[in-house]
Amino acid sequence: MAEIRLQNLAHSYSPQPRQDADYAIREMDHVWEQGGAYALLGPSGCGKSTLLNIISGLLSPSEGKVLFDTREVNQLTPEQRNIAQVFQFPVVYDTMTVYENLAFPLRNQGVAQARITSKVHEIAEVLDLHPLLQRKARNLTADEKQKVSMGRGLVRDDVSAILFDEPLTVIDPHLKWKLRRKLKQIHEQFNITMIYVTHDQLEASTFADKIAVMHGGQIVQFGTPRELFERPEHTFVGFFVGSPGMNLIEVRAEEGGVGFGTLHLPLTKGLAAKLPELADKRLQIGIRPEFVQVTDEPGTGGMATEVVRVEDLGTYKILTLRLQGHLLKARLPEDQPVPRGEAWVGFPSQWLMLYADDRLVEERR
Amino acid sequence: MTKVHDNRAWWLVLPVFLLVAFSAVLPMMTVVNYSVQDIFDASTRVFVGADWYRQILHDPRLHDSLLRQFIFSGCVLLIEIPLGIAVALTMPTRGRWASLCLIVMAIPLLIPWNVVGTIWQIFGRADIGLLGYSLRELGVDYNYASNTGDAWVTVLVMDVWHWTSLVALLCYSGLRAIPDAYYQAARIDRASSWAVFRYIQLPKLKSVLLIAVMLRFMDSFMIYTEPFVLTGGGPGNATTFLSQTLTKMAVGQFDLGPAAAFSLIYFLIILLVSWLFYTAMTHADQK
Repeated sequence: MAEIRLQNLAHSYSPQPRQDADYAIREMDHVWEQGGAYALLGPSGCGKSTLLNIISGLLSPSEGKVLFDTREVNQLTPEQRNIAQVFQFPVVYDTMTVYENLAFPLRNQGVAQARITSKVHEIAEVLDLHPLLQRKARNLTADEKQKVSMGRGLVRDDVSAILFDEPLTVIDPHLKWKLRRKLKQIHEQFNITMIYVTHDQLEASTFADKIAVMHGGQIVQFGTPRELFERPEHTFVGFFVGSPGMNLIEVRAEEGGVGFGTLHLPLTKGLAAKLPELADKRLQIGIRPEFVQVTDEPGTGGMATEVVRVEDLGTYKILTLRLQGHLLKARLPEDQPVPRGEAWVGFPSQWLMLYADDRLVEERR
Repeated sequence: MTKVHDNRAWWLVLPVFLLVAFSAVLPMMTVVNYSVQDIFDASTRVFVGADWYRQILHDPRLHDSLLRQFIFSGCVLLIEIPLGIAVALTMPTRGRWASLCLIVMAIPLLIPWNVVGTIWQIFGRADIGLLGYSLRELGVDYNYASNTGDAWVTVLVMDVWHWTSLVALLCYSGLRAIPDAYYQAARIDRASSWAVFRYIQLPKLKSVLLIAVMLRFMDSFMIYTEPFVLTGGGPGNATTFLSQTLTKMAVGQFDLGPAAAFSLIYFLIILLVSWLFYTAMTHADQK
């Protein structure tokens, strides 16, 4: 049980890193609190597995410190850090039974036989592995094997944290949901810090209380699933979280707002007041497809668009619209009539975000 | 609607059928044919039924060489399999040294069998051979041509030198196929290095080991050239193995009938033992 703190942490696989691109992890500070359920979300190659391996101790960071509570653990191996890790492909000891697999970490620590038996049965109960205890591990299905490898982490009393490295990749879709529920349940029951690496936002938001979104070797936002959705702090979060991602349009600063093409978009006073400071930065506005208001008549302040494509996804429709040469996605509820040919859109000001060099511009209060 | 079967596709199997017929079935049937007849010359032959089989099964020469053969193959497997695994485990995993090791390991496998025999024949001689000369200078009384024990040791060492590489290379490739996650998980579970070998490496090597055991069994059970060149089967009959006994009978004495019966029994023994190995290794720990 520990709080995990990353201090000025950076990692490069090359011996003499010169520029940012040489770093797999760019300098960061981050705290994973004791007992939290966290997800580390990002596309492949963003450095999330590197970060996970640094936390577990499989990899030693080239710069900065990893602290467990207040103890520096940089030089400690995973076993000395008491980390348990579940890998992408289920790792089980083929020739052992499920029982022996679960007992293995305890036997290696020299735990008394009676204690091993009770602990293994307790964990098997939690993971629904009881009927399989005497089966050879090699004959299990992928999801059962993955449960066994989780179980090996859970039987130990002393684990500081359990790390998951895309553990559901090889699991059948209909079982993924069950396993995620199981994980959540285990988390609530055992109060262990859990960090879950994934590139699937649905997995991340069903499992985690807070999600760290990684991009280019950095954590660009750390927040609840709701925060990531409603207030992306980085254009990457807007684009990566949500389906389809946020609409981003490059704009120029104008008096009292921003403009693109022949259009002028007024901003709130607070935001407009910050525009002069951002003169030499790249400005973008972002709005989620869910928040774009679509009507089939001009109304007041509606912007004229051309309907390019309609995709019916069953419970809702995705509209692709062309606005001043920019393609825009809008999500339409099932009961709303689909405009043909032309449509008018509005961007409600509370959902309109302004980004300068990809970072969210906060309103001046 | 009735399904139309176009059986003309079977013609495509014909080339394979012919190839197998001429390369395996016909020679085999010729041997079967010889084994039930007593042949005097091209036109005089008598059907003798199972007589040759009976004679062969009671032939002490066969018994002796069969026993020697089993001892030899047993020793070969007991030495080469563990040694091959050990070598594979100690070989470097990447970099220039790994490539160098692979090349060095492959060299014995590329040498023709009779050359291997000749190399060791000279190597072991006390007058001009490095090994024989050194041993004599060290005061060891070593002579593979006259001492049965020395002959056996030399033949075994020669086979180990020649074929351990094969086992090692097979195991090496098997070891490289184990994902890193297994080793990482084992570290996290605090497994000792013996436990890593016993519960990760050995189980993952099972399929390559099956191949290694079968290949080494079959090859060593049929060994002919190397001991023939090295010891000529001697001293006496001490290193005369099955195939050499068979050759003497078929080519030396031209006893085609008994030799044919011998061949078939030989073949069946190899088939049976290989099947036993296969079944034992694939059915072990299946539950």
